[in-house]
Amino acid sequence: MTEQLLFWVFAILTCGGAVAVVATQNVVRMAFWLVVSLGSVAALFFLLHADFLGAAQLLIYVGGTVVLLVFGVMLTASGHTIRVQASPAEVMLGSGVGLVLLFVLLFGINSVDWADVSARIPAAGDSPAVVDETQDRHLREQLASATTPEEKAAAEEAIQAVHARRQSGRTVRQLGLSFYGLRPERDLNQPAGQSLAPGYLLPFEIISIHLLVVLIGAAYLARAKRRATSGPGVDL
Amino acid sequence: MNGPLAVLTLENFLSNFLKFAGNSETVALIAFLLAAVIHASLLLGLFGGLPVFYIWLERKVAGRIQDRLGPTRVGGKFGWLQTIADGIKLIQKEDLIPKDADSVVFRMAPYLAGIASFAAFMVLPVADGWIGVAAECGAFLILALMSLEVLGIILAGYSSGSKWALFGAMREAAQMVSYEIPMAICALIPLLIAGSLNLQVVSHMQTGGVWNWFIFHDPFAFFAFFCYFTTATASVKRAPFDLAEAESELVAGFHTEYSGFRWSIFFLAEYASMFAVSGIAVLLFLGGWETGIVIPEAIFGSLRGWMPNTPVAGFNLGGYIANLLAAHVFVIKASLLVTLQIWVRWTLPRLRIDQVMTTCLKYLVPISCFLFLGAVFWPLIVTSTKGRPVLFGPPVKSVASVAAPSAPSSTIAQNRSEVAR
Repeated sequence: MTEQLLFWVFAILTCGGAVAVVATQNVVRMAFWLVVSLGSVAALFFLLHADFLGAAQLLIYVGGTVVLLVFGVMLTASGHTIRVQASPAEVMLGSGVGLVLLFVLLFGINSVDWADVSARIPAAGDSPAVVDETQDRHLREQLASATTPEEKAAAEEAIQAVHARRQSGRTVRQLGLSFYGLRPERDLNQPAGQSLAPGYLLPFEIISIHLLVVLIGAAYLARAKRRATSGPGVDL
Repeated sequence: MNGPLAVLTLENFLSNFLKFAGNSETVALIAFLLAAVIHASLLLGLFGGLPVFYIWLERKVAGRIQDRLGPTRVGGKFGWLQTIADGIKLIQKEDLIPKDADSVVFRMAPYLAGIASFAAFMVLPVADGWIGVAAECGAFLILALMSLEVLGIILAGYSSGSKWALFGAMREAAQMVSYEIPMAICALIPLLIAGSLNLQVVSHMQTGGVWNWFIFHDPFAFFAFFCYFTTATASVKRAPFDLAEAESELVAGFHTEYSGFRWSIFFLAEYASMFAVSGIAVLLFLGGWETGIVIPEAIFGSLRGWMPNTPVAGFNLGGYIANLLAAHVFVIKASLLVTLQIWVRWTLPRLRIDQVMTTCLKYLVPISCFLFLGAVFWPLIVTSTKGRPVLFGPPVKSVASVAAPSAPSSTIAQNRSEVAR
């Protein structure tokens, strides 16, 4: 129930912040609303027990991109750039692109078989991040001492629930393994002959090198150009 | 209560404790809410209480360094209540907002900085299992949260409508964006040694004596600590890196236009962040909440097994007392580092902005990259020459052996087997 409540709070903050970004005309206020919207997205990730993704969202988008954005605004700001006034044609174009994106997203959400996906996700409990070992041992003892099949089944179910709770929120190891191409959730129980899932390491490195090239290029373009001046006031 | 990740949560404790009260779902909900309130108020106490002490300490240390007495009147001989008096004075002041300021952003900016600073406390463990949110990627998360504080400062400087504030904010932005890089790389070195992003696991691996602390793990980690501490000082904008509020040039930098309560929130956030970065340094390099001396650690270890399952199943009283002492050890260690920051502030002159950038980009970034590469190659070299992964002392314990013998199946091993399944 609390999770539902928090979900709605953060979902409203995400959407409201996004709308406010579009609606405000001052660039710095836009940056502030962007912080609200992107931070709430991170909070939604935390609610889904995707801790690593949430932290990355905070570090990259809120801590990195928005800071650079505000920094850029401060360096370049003058009267006409600080207030953004969209012309009607721009509004039409922007809303058209936005609507197309909305339809793509709705289409994408509709085309996923959610029943299958939710069947594959372990049932998440309410307290994800901490493990209760004593409870675990207690359950194992129960399983060992169970005599009737009903008792045994109940104990096994309880152990499964504890394991599922422990699993949720602990995504770092799986992420690390999947970088090397170890993706048990995809590769296990597959028909023989099917190729294994590729690792993410190579694409990741390609993207990093790409970003490095972009950074060096930007530094080259923005470097202070030495002008060959022969003295003050002489324009060549 | 044995393994580093195997602790009874406060929520579980309360729900077990309230079990006699009947309906389990209501009890669970009450326990959840109660646990949330207790967690939040404890963290708020830490967040608000430590800066009160540090501000008094700063005034006292500064006074002594400058051959003065510092506060002496309020609250007895040592001026203990000086910060409280300051706080009461600040609350009484008028909440001024300049005419040229962007009032919405101007009002929100201090809270943005304060929230970011407070959020770091949520993932900072103070003892074995005593942590607000036990995230597995805690170290990554805390670095991400600490990096958000700059946003409040930039927005404050920008929205003030003052040139001094704008200059301060621009310097702060340039400084923070560059100092984050060597700070993260230096923090990565102990995480690499531990092989985990979980701050509790990292701290657990350093139990058993001073020689197990990661600062003494290899020469690269040793220098990484000093590199980290320098960048951490810069990242909380303390002198000699306090360009954002350089009083001699910029009046008061980014908070020139702030007064009263909003100004004090900035101050609170700064001192709380000082504790947070020092706490990270203690957890990563200086043995976390352990004393590092063999006999007290042995006493702590034996306390953890004392009086199991009192007053409810899964909770042991000895472990609680050990944790209470460990939390004190942790806070004292971090406070010593904060004292060091204060000492540095009143000893060294402020750098110029170009010197700050040179220090970071030309020295600290290459040094931290070199240290990182060295720390990566160190185990390989030592293993190939000496046949063991560390030079002296016992090898870094795996978490499985850290866990007490009463827990035959360690949590990590179980997690591994679950991943493998």
